[in-house]
Amino acid sequence: MLRTDVAVIGGGAAGLSAAIEASRLGARVHLVDENARPGGQLFKQIHKFFGSHSHYAGTRGFEIGEKLLEEAQKNGVETLLNSYVFGIFGKEIGIIENQMSSKWLEAKAIILCCGASERHIMFPGWTLPGVMGAGAAQTLINVHRVLPGRRFLMVGSGNVGLIVSYQILQAGGEVTAMVEALPRIGGWGVHASKIRRCGVPILTSHTIKEAHGREKVEAATIVALDENWNHIIGTERILDVDVICLVIGLRPNIELPLMAGCETMFLEGLGGWVPIHDEDMETTVEGIYVAGDCAGIEEASTAIDSGRLAGVAAAEKLGYLPGDEANIMKAQIRKTLDDLRGGPFGVQRMEAKRQLIQRAKTLRAGPDE
Amino acid sequence: MRGPVAVIECVQEIPCDVCGSICPVDAIKVASLCSLPELYEEKCTGCGTCIPICPGLAIFLVDYDFSKGEALVSFPYEFLPVPQVGTVVDATDRLGRSVTKGRIVKVLEGERYDHTLVVSVAVPKEFAQKVRGIALPKGE
Repeated sequence: MLRTDVAVIGGGAAGLSAAIEASRLGARVHLVDENARPGGQLFKQIHKFFGSHSHYAGTRGFEIGEKLLEEAQKNGVETLLNSYVFGIFGKEIGIIENQMSSKWLEAKAIILCCGASERHIMFPGWTLPGVMGAGAAQTLINVHRVLPGRRFLMVGSGNVGLIVSYQILQAGGEVTAMVEALPRIGGWGVHASKIRRCGVPILTSHTIKEAHGREKVEAATIVALDENWNHIIGTERILDVDVICLVIGLRPNIELPLMAGCETMFLEGLGGWVPIHDEDMETTVEGIYVAGDCAGIEEASTAIDSGRLAGVAAAEKLGYLPGDEANIMKAQIRKTLDDLRGGPFGVQRMEAKRQLIQRAKTLRAGPDE
Repeated sequence: MRGPVAVIECVQEIPCDVCGSICPVDAIKVASLCSLPELYEEKCTGCGTCIPICPGLAIFLVDYDFSKGEALVSFPYEFLPVPQVGTVVDATDRLGRSVTKGRIVKVLEGERYDHTLVVSVAVPKEFAQKVRGIALPKGE
């Protein structure tokens, strides 16, 4: 049984940031990641990131990943790679290493940074080869330099869809169209403008009706939607495409938090079921924290900061940092998180996080006597 | 003769203030992380440092007085092949439509651009506020 102070599960933007902070403050930290290399979603992001200087704004995603990795190594974070966490039992973490052997890690505090998974929609023909999540297309293009097809239909107009469309164009693919069920574009205007400048049509109030092909995608039928989300008969159009990228939203990966006994709450503004956490990112199970997208679908910048917050809180709980110093650090990070959640795109998330923290307080207070 | 001036086409309040930090003459102010950037045109020297740093590729440079009949529009460009100086191209608007022919006058790249080229295209003056790019080469 391996023993440590802080176990961070998931080595993406949140996990790396949590590990760096806790280790920097003196805790013994083990970072566990199922991949051969930590970095999570960062390593396939080739575009420049937003935020402020402290979020490495203006730097390309994969370089942010490299910087965080370097910081983690410099600060003595121990990493367990190719290590898949199959369960949490109290504070004991069950790991399968290299898909072959098992290992157990016992920690005094656990920070869960499990990220998120793509949602999907179903339609006739959706199981044809050529239908994939935009994340998969992004990995193929940006990491493996493989274009999965020539002509792409993007289903969903959030930031991920808009960004991946741009990267498909950079790779020499054609984005025949983007359809969005809502009557407006979901993501940021600047991302949409980039692909509109390249002539990509974005069809709001539209969805995919069917994918066609014998052994793989050869065409797709799109259709307009009325205000009740019903297909408008007669508006069907057939597009000549060979890849259909589904990118309609993400949901937090709450499997490990659930297994660890954490209570959850359904919040549309954060992507669905989210582990309840307080203002220190601590869940309803003492000593278990969450950070990043598994605590609510947001961005890389909030993942970095929520990771930092959890790292500081965990180090404080284990006595590596006096309370007053910790409070100053945590207050600073919380202020940055509030700044990041400003503006019209952050309103829903800000409110949802407020509800989460409020619920955590209520549960901690217990039933009325 | 004014010379080149930045044109910031960032119109939503998103958490980002890189342009404000990077301007060497403090001509761009971003009041708080989600505020819209504010350009003080009289301070702007047209150096173009803001163009490649903007993660949204939303900043351009327009030199209305480039020549007797032409304006020079500079924009961020992240595609291959690298455009060649002297080439005549289809200059495109915000919807990707070719609106006029243009001539590539300058292509800036280098370490501090971090793979965001700054391409300058000369177009007839009346297209100065329409042209924001060039047509991508057709795939094979």
